[in-house]
Amino acid sequence: MYTLGIDIGSTTTKCVMLRDGAEVLAASLVEAGVGADGTAEAVESVLVQSGLNMAAVAYTVATGYGRKRWTGADGEISELSAHALGCHFLMPEARTVIDIGGQDAKVISLDDSGRMSGFVMNDKCAAGTGRFLDVMAGILKVGVDALGSMAARSESPADISSTCTVFAESEVISQLANGTPVPDVVAGICNSVAARVSALARRQGVKEAVYMSGGVAKNEGVRKALERELGVTVSTSPDAQLAGALGAALNAYRKAST
Amino acid sequence: MAEEKKKPRTPPDPNSAKYKLNQIAQKAYTDVQEAKARGEKVGWISSNFPVEIPETLGLYVCYPENQAAGIAARGGGVRMCEAAESEGYSNDICAYARVSLAYARLGSAPEQDMPLPDYVLCCNNICNCMIKWYENLAKELNIPMIMIDIPFNPDDEVSDAELAYVKGQFLAAIEQLEEITGRKWTEERFREVMANSCRTSRAWLEATAMARYTPSPFNGFDLLNHMAVMVTARGKPEAADAMETLLKEYQANHEKGESTFRAEEKYRIMFEGIACWPWLRVTSTGMKSRGINMVTTIYADAFGFIYDDFDGMIRAYCKVPNAINLEVARDKRIKLCKDNSVEGLLVHVNRSCKLWSGFMSEMSRQIGRECDIPVVSFDGDQADARNFSEAQYDTRVQGLTEIMEARKEAAV
Repeated sequence: MYTLGIDIGSTTTKCVMLRDGAEVLAASLVEAGVGADGTAEAVESVLVQSGLNMAAVAYTVATGYGRKRWTGADGEISELSAHALGCHFLMPEARTVIDIGGQDAKVISLDDSGRMSGFVMNDKCAAGTGRFLDVMAGILKVGVDALGSMAARSESPADISSTCTVFAESEVISQLANGTPVPDVVAGICNSVAARVSALARRQGVKEAVYMSGGVAKNEGVRKALERELGVTVSTSPDAQLAGALGAALNAYRKAST
Repeated sequence: MAEEKKKPRTPPDPNSAKYKLNQIAQKAYTDVQEAKARGEKVGWISSNFPVEIPETLGLYVCYPENQAAGIAARGGGVRMCEAAESEGYSNDICAYARVSLAYARLGSAPEQDMPLPDYVLCCNNICNCMIKWYENLAKELNIPMIMIDIPFNPDDEVSDAELAYVKGQFLAAIEQLEEITGRKWTEERFREVMANSCRTSRAWLEATAMARYTPSPFNGFDLLNHMAVMVTARGKPEAADAMETLLKEYQANHEKGESTFRAEEKYRIMFEGIACWPWLRVTSTGMKSRGINMVTTIYADAFGFIYDDFDGMIRAYCKVPNAINLEVARDKRIKLCKDNSVEGLLVHVNRSCKLWSGFMSEMSRQIGRECDIPVVSFDGDQADARNFSEAQYDTRVQGLTEIMEARKEAAV
């Protein structure tokens, strides 16, 4: 049985084709989120990769901020449940999931059977989210993907104390104007995100093993800063950004099977 | 999604609780307007100021908190908040205060008018922002302010010292009001008001407690509307009559297996915090569409006062939910959760109310642990529509639903 999961986020769309709820047959990621035309492209990509057409798909579940606007799905679940399911699949021993996406950050607790037992999310503010990193990368005129490796070269991370994205922007500009090396500024930015998300995690309660999903999981600077802040190992995997779509495909398999 | 059971709209029955309660809520404003037109001195009063004092003296008073909620629910909150902000008030201040301070300056609002006051009656048992808000009203309008200070109580009971401290202020407030308005306090009239207030409160608390039945005979959002009468008119006999009618209707609903919750009641939750008035329909629909009935909230029960004499009344006002310590406040909520078979807790992190939102982080954690229920929070505001995101709310409520659903499945 083939099931499809699609995660329509604020900045990207991810899609996963699953066989029998156990094997990832194809996956895609399109740099276009809610409101853009990334959904069709993401779905088409997994169909081509897997050599299937939509008629072969038993069930499709959408998740992410755009989940309700897309009419092509048979069902939808919140990105909370989707990430819980996806991360449990990728790392069955995970009991805490930290997901930092384009416009939200969430910390999800999983019980021993991998079910979501609770969660906290960021408040109505972009601090501590992928958007914060996008803005900072824009000021530094570097790609957001380069932030992790740049942070690794830091010798003395700058102190970015503002939690507000707009004020932090001014702070970063001041640091650069004062001659602070770029890697130190980048490390300070990563630490700032980690501090914000760690506060959320402590509020929810951190139980090992801790797994990080979402696009920001690729940023080693933030992941390592989270490890330092929380005093635990924070694992991730190359598929971390697909966790939501994977969870949606797993949910689709479950729905199609009952 | 739970399927909504549509019912044809029928004209309101004048003997129904809804009709009676709406009439009383509207009359609360028209009575004051008429008194003002007659040349009587009218006041503005905070929601947990002892209403028995103006009621016994035969004074007409308006409630700025209710007015602000009404203005916000009808879409005028942001306009009024911005008017206050243009006067220099920070947007960090309570939005009820901003709406009210703007109204005092503007003198009208199409969503809900009320006459400007000749005096203000302030009690800080609900919050301390109230003091500065009322001080500014008094200064802006050049009118007297009568203040009753009921301090936050770190102890579990109301001590004799606290009783004496607050009683002195009650007596002084009565004297001040007699002097300002020329009215006289009589014990006989006080006993009548006390009897009405207790009768109204008893019926109200009994009605809200009917949520213990599954399904609940009412939609919890009804309580948010009916509360207006508890705040403004609990000392009046017509309020007692209306609340007793409400109780009878809920009892009848229970006996017939009916409810004012127009969907299948799949989940039962407690809602914590003041309603998100500018987004009431969105917050209500987000729950109802998923079969979630908000069966209980401390916010509604906060306005039921039962006591036997003057000292008992003072003790009751010293025990309102925002004036008691975390452990006592927590235990009251735990009792509500357990009595009403609550399966989840939804917390409104209300940007306007720093006090309430501040203590809820820890309190909700303790409630969740003690009752073994998931706790989810969302950002919003009681009157400033700018502090709410519909998409964020929807995701959080859906997440809560999915947890409750998974727990039900696991229990089977």
